[in-house]
Amino acid sequence: MTRSEIEMIINKYGNKESSILAILQDIQAKEKYLPREALELVGEKLNIPISKIYRIATFYRAFSLMPRGKHEICVCMGTACHVRGAQRIVDQIKLELGIRPGETTRDQNFTLETVNCLGVCAAGPVVAIDGEYFGKMSPAKVEETLKKFWSEKKKEEANGKT
Amino acid sequence: MVSFTIDGQPVEAKEDQNVLEVALDEGFDIPHLCYNENVKPYGACRLCLVEVSRKGRSRITTSCNYPVMEGIEVFTSTEKVLRARKMVMELLLAMCPGSKLLQEMAKEMGINEIRFKKEDKDCILCGLCARVCDEVVGAHAIQFAFRGDRREVCPPFMEQPKDCIACGACVVVCPVNVIGMKEEGDERTITRWKRTLKMKQCKICGNYFAPWYQLEKFREKANLPKDFFDVCYTCRS
Repeated sequence: MTRSEIEMIINKYGNKESSILAILQDIQAKEKYLPREALELVGEKLNIPISKIYRIATFYRAFSLMPRGKHEICVCMGTACHVRGAQRIVDQIKLELGIRPGETTRDQNFTLETVNCLGVCAAGPVVAIDGEYFGKMSPAKVEETLKKFWSEKKKEEANGKT
Repeated sequence: MVSFTIDGQPVEAKEDQNVLEVALDEGFDIPHLCYNENVKPYGACRLCLVEVSRKGRSRITTSCNYPVMEGIEVFTSTEKVLRARKMVMELLLAMCPGSKLLQEMAKEMGINEIRFKKEDKDCILCGLCARVCDEVVGAHAIQFAFRGDRREVCPPFMEQPKDCIACGACVVVCPVNVIGMKEEGDERTITRWKRTLKMKQCKICGNYFAPWYQLEKFREKANLPKDFFDVCYTCRS
């Protein structure tokens, strides 16, 4: 993200201190995380101490200070999904990708997150990847589901093997 | 003027005062940790709980951020208040079991055991250091970060805070005394924030009296002449 892009976002909200959340959300949406340089620039432009911006950026779960993967996997851990074995889905994804919830794979392709309810309890256990919902999940279905989101490199590697 | 009663005793207060400061001035003993008269009340430590009766309704509330009102009745040590306060104290102690001050306060309140899972934190998260840095010093070097059980006061990005002027206000003001400061040779370090700054030497007595960076900031802010801080405070007077 360039300096002028960030400045454009700040100007869009009228250069107001009170718009800090909206500005951070826009940066997060575009970059999928909040780069340190962006936070420092926002602080400078709006005259907000960096300590206060860091407070906001670390408080909300919607913000990340670390680069995120290309695809975001949200495993629903709500009550309905939980009783139908959501934990086993998480465990299987952990095995498959080698990351824990909140972490990103080394190739920057996947980020794993757990959420408390996705609102489609009838279809549980539910996993959402980039907003696409996969219902009635089971550990056995994890690999096949993730395959659709594999990076090109990974796909080639898999083809070479077979 | 506003008049009300504390434990039955009539008191008078100015309009913008809060219950705690009036009570303390009148000699009532209300335990408190996060209150400091130089910054806005924050109600974080929850120890200054009192019972306030207003228009026939009574409630337990923190006195530090409760504004004085005409005709209210404040009770500082009813059974209800003492019980609530004791619980708060026990929880604080469970969070920071190593704190000498908290141990003493708890003992005074008659707490002999902690029924909760003990943590090994030392900071009670009252935020006084951050508030003083913000409101009084104006350096904005430290602030709360994260949330829930991971909440803590720290410099941005958990690094040496570049806005910190190592004035030591946070060190002085911390109620549980967990922010350390040391001076070695020409360096001053605020240990908790890992901030080290070079100090300036007085032209007359030769003592290292304050960090360069701090003096520059002051000079800038107050528009003082370049050589203003060449001599230390003692030698100047």
